Amino acid sequence: MAEAGFAVIAAAAVVTYGLRLGGLLLAQRLPRTGRFKRFMNALPGTILLSLIVPAALAGGLWSWIATLCTALCSLKTGNVFLSMLLGVGIIAGSRWLGLA
Amino acid sequence: MIENRQTDGLQQLRSGFFANLVVAASVGAYGSVLGVLAAKKGLSWFELLAMNLSVFAGSAQFVMVDMWLPPLPVVEITLAVLVINMRYLLIAASLEPLFAGTSLRHKALFMHLVADENWAMTMARFHRQKVTSYFLLGGGICVQSAWCLGTMTGHRLGAVIAEPERFGLDFAFVAVFTALVFSFWRGRQDLLPWAVTAVLAFLGASLVPGKWYILIGGIGGALTASFIPVSKTKAAPHG
Repeated sequence: MAEAGFAVIAAAAVVTYGLRLGGLLLAQRLPRTGRFKRFMNALPGTILLSLIVPAALAGGLWSWIATLCTALCSLKTGNVFLSMLLGVGIIAGSRWLGLA
Repeated sequence: MIENRQTDGLQQLRSGFFANLVVAASVGAYGSVLGVLAAKKGLSWFELLAMNLSVFAGSAQFVMVDMWLPPLPVVEITLAVLVINMRYLLIAASLEPLFAGTSLRHKALFMHLVADENWAMTMARFHRQKVTSYFLLGGGICVQSAWCLGTMTGHRLGAVIAEPERFGLDFAFVAVFTALVFSFWRGRQDLLPWAVTAVLAFLGASLVPGKWYILIGGIGGALTASFIPVSKTKAAPHG
């Protein structure tokens, strides 16, 4: 059991590290011109948005409200910490009040 | 000169560490939940620590612990981890400009501590102020420390916060990414790619099991951007 345990952990570690380093080395080999360049420049934003959208929509009405308020707060104040607190506070509040 | 570079690196390391402290708090809280689950499944303290340090990927580790039943399905677990962590291929690719001009050794050392959180914190600043790969590493050390602290505490003492959802902590990650997303906005040219991303990510999440939606949305949106004409000036006819 113990040996199999470490074998699983090692395999998972190799796969994950391979993706981390592999992605970077692969990107280096892509040409940095034309379409490739525009693809790579757009990538950070589209990945981040992909991480947010399904999670924000899945939580229902209060999750949408909290996401909207977080976004507006961030846009107005530029303060990531404050915006996060607001979003988390709205979710916690709505659950405590039994709204969500 | 070398001394300057070293102090600069140290400074970046520190500001990266501090920038990630807040999000690290919820990373730690979720870590404690994983620690409890792992203890129930019979993972030893040392196995969990080894997993934290070597795999260092939250959602993949939750799935690993979930599938942790003797006899261990080594191949199945490895494949599941591969699919869940496929997003790191994209995340790492997007870090290419940050690592431009660094040695292979530098890349190999720094890439291990790339998580969603410190990646987002770093890229949000990348085009506005001078951040280097040391900022990314500082954030990685912060997130890794919180992750280890949380999981190890959970394994030994039980969850620090039994139900993080009650405090809305499950939303903390969405909230941080949402607060950062405006820093990634480059202007009107992003409107169509981002709309495509949102639709594809949503459809992907509802129709395809697992974490494929991150790749579907990310690649689809970036491809859209790559096919939009560069400027509004009349493009020369294709020849």
